[in-house]
Amino acid sequence: MSSKTAYTDLFVSRYQPLEKGKRWAWVLIRTVLVVGFCFIILFPLFQRLSIAFRSKADIYDPTVLWIPRNFTLDNLRIAIETTNYFEALSNTALISASTTLIQLVSCALAAYAFARLQFRGSGLLFGLVIFTIIVPPQTIMIPLYLTYRYFDLFGLVGLFTGKDSLNLIDTFWPFILSSSTAMGLKNGLYIYIFRQFFRGIPKEIGEAALVDGAGVFRTFLRIVVPNAVPAIVTVLLFSFVWQWNDSYYVSLFLKQVKVLSTSLMDMGMGLREPDPVYTSMLLNTGVLLAIAPLILMYLFVQRYFVESVERTGIVG
Amino acid sequence: MKITFKRKKKLTLKQKNAWFGVLFASPLIFGMIMLFILPLIQSLRYSLSSIQLVEGGFSVDYEGFSNYTSLFTSNPDYPRSLAESIAAMAVNVPLILVFGLFAAVLLNQKFRGRPFARAVFFLPVILASSVIANLDIGSFVGSGTLSSGGGEAESNLLQSFELKRMMLESGISPIFVDYLTGAVDRIYEIISSSGVQILIFLAGLQSIPPSLYEAAKIEGATGYESFWKVTFPMMSPLILTNTVYSIIDSFSNSPINKLVSETAFKVFDFGLSAAMSWVYFLSVALILAVSVGLISRKVFYYD
Repeated sequence: MSSKTAYTDLFVSRYQPLEKGKRWAWVLIRTVLVVGFCFIILFPLFQRLSIAFRSKADIYDPTVLWIPRNFTLDNLRIAIETTNYFEALSNTALISASTTLIQLVSCALAAYAFARLQFRGSGLLFGLVIFTIIVPPQTIMIPLYLTYRYFDLFGLVGLFTGKDSLNLIDTFWPFILSSSTAMGLKNGLYIYIFRQFFRGIPKEIGEAALVDGAGVFRTFLRIVVPNAVPAIVTVLLFSFVWQWNDSYYVSLFLKQVKVLSTSLMDMGMGLREPDPVYTSMLLNTGVLLAIAPLILMYLFVQRYFVESVERTGIVG
Repeated sequence: MKITFKRKKKLTLKQKNAWFGVLFASPLIFGMIMLFILPLIQSLRYSLSSIQLVEGGFSVDYEGFSNYTSLFTSNPDYPRSLAESIAAMAVNVPLILVFGLFAAVLLNQKFRGRPFARAVFFLPVILASSVIANLDIGSFVGSGTLSSGGGEAESNLLQSFELKRMMLESGISPIFVDYLTGAVDRIYEIISSSGVQILIFLAGLQSIPPSLYEAAKIEGATGYESFWKVTFPMMSPLILTNTVYSIIDSFSNSPINKLVSETAFKVFDFGLSAAMSWVYFLSVALILAVSVGLISRKVFYYD
């Protein structure tokens, strides 16, 4: 009898079945959860992909689950034609790329001023920056629209051109102006991210650079910017993606010029397709076309992006 | 002589830095005034007046609070969609926070395929967009006889029905059960709107010193205990950040935005639209102030 309990004791102390069981149970639960969540995220994407290549005949065929029976590229062709895809794509890419680069510079400069070059009232200004995050963009929608519709910089425009004001609607100027003054889409957030990161860079490095005879600009360019690569990557990706997906500012400032998000919104009207199910199928193809460049980009940068965000110290 | 010279030198360095600061921030200052503060004041003025487009510009006539009163007395859509937006926010934000923290803890552990899982979890950050949300294809295509979408929705319904029955029988209050089963049904919506929150939580989890967990383990804390006694307090400042972000984000996708834009650019009632956006802004600010006030009392700061 006693030997049996001794054996079980030995067994328990050597292999620790309870601990191991608990750990394996957790591993199992975790795997199920992670796989499940990944499935929920990826499922609609695959569904879209599968639907995009189906022909009209497959819509009402219940036996077609994933692989289209009548493989076709017609949906793609119609979607590209009705959305004016390549023109919209180049407009979107141009707006996204230019605003991303410009606001990267303007936000980083302002954030560096908040982090290291404090001046009288910089605290108040930073408070205002946070305030811009909170105020819904709709609140200043109409004055902003009117500002660009009748653009007149303190009367300077009238002085030089002789006209009363300039109409900047349907040009890219509203985007360039707002991003170069760090007032574009969600720029308050980017300033916040940069400021937190710059504060985390030790002051001593900057002081050493100063002793070695570097000016403020040089310190910023040679010391601070190379150290802030994770923050820069995060902000680059966020601002590019959000600008790409944005439909609010582009529909406010661009009435005739088409970008991807606005042409998608008008696509349903332009189709003139009597069958609503087929219409939604084409719309689905359009959405897929609009996000395809983003997904392609994400495939290449995602590893770097995830690593960067962890080191960004959004946390503070 | 030397000391005064030194002191003067130090002062000028600081002053010089301050001037550089002004220089660095000057685009922001300019934009802040031109594109934020002035429009904000103008918008307040417009909300108190009626605006007519005339040749070569527009005229503004002061009307007092009539726009505001008409919002709540004669406008059929506004009070309803404001209430809807607030209700949707109140339902979704706690779920997003809980899910975000849970997913971040999950993704922070070491397991095989973690880089892939992380990449997938952040995919919603890329895909989440109002356009894609507006054109929710899955429901439309699924409502045809198409198998995949419809089948999924049906099985989902069935599952939460079972879950509902089970939880009701175990004596949980019906309101709570409805909330949870509703969450299960909208899991895609919740996952897709919590990408940024997961990022922020994950960054926070990385910054918790491992020595705290070691100390907890030596003291005999289980994994469950060390989550509530170490992870949760350390994450509480980020819970505050994420609450603020989620509230703003949930409002930025709400139907009220569409109503405000349509009133301005389809009905061309700029004054009414401005009044709408101000009431909307004030309610967002109120909700933010209340929730920040409530949460910041419980927030634990390590240093």
